[in-house]
Amino acid sequence: MATQHSQPADRLTMAPPAPEPASQPAAADHQSGTKHARTAARLMMAPAVILLLGWMLVPLTMTLYFSFKKFLPLRGGDLGWVGFDNYVRFVSSSAFWPSVQATLVIVGGVLAITVVLGVLLAILLNQPMWGRGVVRILVIAPFFVMPTVSALVWKNMFMDPVNGLLAHVWRAFGAEPLVWLTEASTQSIILIVSWQWLPFATLILLTAIQSLDSEQLEAAEMDGAPPVKRFAYITLPHLSRAITVVVLIQTIFLLSIFAEIFVTTQGAFGTKTLTYLIFQRVLESQNIGLGSAGGVYAIILANIVAIFLMRIVGKNLDA
Amino acid sequence: MGRITLDKVSKSFGDVQVIPPLDLTIDDGEFTVFVGPSGCGKSTLLRLIAGLEDVSSGQIRIDKQDATHVPPAKRGLAMVFQSYALYPHMSVRKNIAFPMKMAKVPVEEQNRRIEAAANALNLTDYLDRRPGQLSGGQRQRVAIGRAIVREPSAFLFDEPLSNLDAALRVGMRLEISELHERLETTMIYVTHDQVEAMTMADKIVVLQAGVIEQVGSPLELYHTPRNKFVAGFIGSPKMNFIEGKEAAKHGAHTIGIRPEHIEVSGEAGTWSGVVSVSEHLGSDTFFHVHGTGLAETITVRADGEVGFRHGDRIFMTPRADVIHKFDAEGLRIA
Repeated sequence: MATQHSQPADRLTMAPPAPEPASQPAAADHQSGTKHARTAARLMMAPAVILLLGWMLVPLTMTLYFSFKKFLPLRGGDLGWVGFDNYVRFVSSSAFWPSVQATLVIVGGVLAITVVLGVLLAILLNQPMWGRGVVRILVIAPFFVMPTVSALVWKNMFMDPVNGLLAHVWRAFGAEPLVWLTEASTQSIILIVSWQWLPFATLILLTAIQSLDSEQLEAAEMDGAPPVKRFAYITLPHLSRAITVVVLIQTIFLLSIFAEIFVTTQGAFGTKTLTYLIFQRVLESQNIGLGSAGGVYAIILANIVAIFLMRIVGKNLDA
Repeated sequence: MGRITLDKVSKSFGDVQVIPPLDLTIDDGEFTVFVGPSGCGKSTLLRLIAGLEDVSSGQIRIDKQDATHVPPAKRGLAMVFQSYALYPHMSVRKNIAFPMKMAKVPVEEQNRRIEAAANALNLTDYLDRRPGQLSGGQRQRVAIGRAIVREPSAFLFDEPLSNLDAALRVGMRLEISELHERLETTMIYVTHDQVEAMTMADKIVVLQAGVIEQVGSPLELYHTPRNKFVAGFIGSPKMNFIEGKEAAKHGAHTIGIRPEHIEVSGEAGTWSGVVSVSEHLGSDTFFHVHGTGLAETITVRADGEVGFRHGDRIFMTPRADVIHKFDAEGLRIA
């Protein structure tokens, strides 16, 4: 339950630094000329703003409330206030730092793979070729598969060490099949999640690449830039803003991946992310207070990541 | 050095032949303008010379070297695009330096050429700005600067002034002409505006549907157009064409008379008609005359002081020595 509380909370605290909400008020001001119209606009936006605020504040307050309590639903319920005990216990647990590390490795790995392959795929899909429309739809398709389903398909059909497709490939080359989820567990999770998010990155980057003025590439060609340099000096800078958007949006969602871990490794073999650790504290240990404290740490981690990301890539969003 | 020769060059896109085989020579240091209505293949011809499109057949020679299959960067030509095609994420300085950076020119030499180009084009104060912070005319100058620093054997301009407002266009036209006087480099300039062609060119190439209609100096084209198309395209306002009996009197299928070669009078003349619209430009007045029995409308240029109005009957006398005669195919007679 506290997992459900803390998750929306950490998503929503990520939201303010994101670009879109910030640019909207400016656009609204521009359209409504008079003071009267502005007041009316505020009044009409109020319900939505209040609803969103409530949506964010209620779970956040409840998470904070439970995090200072000893609350064990199956072992006596509410056992009173305990101050910062839950916070100390959560951090001092031997599982805490490895879980932070696993979270960052998985998020970073997926981001790197989806951005690099996304750029390459976008360039490929932008080439004129036969059946381009169909290929584009096929490329988008994985995004529509539910995370639970895709993770199960990967686990049972591809990564199974006996009957999996990859095991057959390994055997075809005479190699011992890899027990993916045990021997390369983090990499496997990264692979599965990347497969899910690659279409998103490709889609955003493809639309960006389509807006590149072909005369710029021709000018660079006349200026003596070979294809690789045209990519580095013209295409990549043009894509920087789209890459930023992909990185920021994906980070928000990747910090809270859960289903992929739940149906594959169940957090074993170093794949226990912070989200999964909180889930275990709340549901497996039945300790809501401890889990809520973990939720607050998740909010802090998400904001630290957000600050770093905005420092690194945020400048691409201006101008 | 920049003599460009096209030898039976043609271009097809799929089954559609946009440029039938054509021959053309552009001499070193010449300012050549390709002019024609939109879709006549003039930009395609320029892109063939630049190497951005492959020729379907024929040969392109630059300074007697076969350049037909040489990649664009190796042809030693610089191009200024209609959209300027500046690199938006680079400062003006970096934009201008880009071709030299690609050619691995030493940094001191790069800076020297950038300073020289910036001075020549009044860009010194803008070197550290991004293209997005510049006005249209300034962007145009940056694009020209980026072309100049390569020290090309010829400049190619693809409708460079069509995105500028009228006043700026006149200014930039002069600047490009001055640049040509100073550099004495071959320039090929594509435009659909016959005024630009007439004012800037040493040699005009008039194109229609991929075919060269006539090549010549501006005044040659004005005085002795080879056919009706060139006669109608060069000169503003358009030449009047008269068919039928009046043309037969001169022994031609069609006669053409420019608006500025018709005398206007209120009392007497060869032809008469009723003024439909009079356009007063101050220096000149244009009358659009109906009901002459010769053609639907006859356009006449008169002095700015001549004050006929809508509905006035006027008399017109063509100057006999400048009547252009065309046969049934539209070709010039004698």
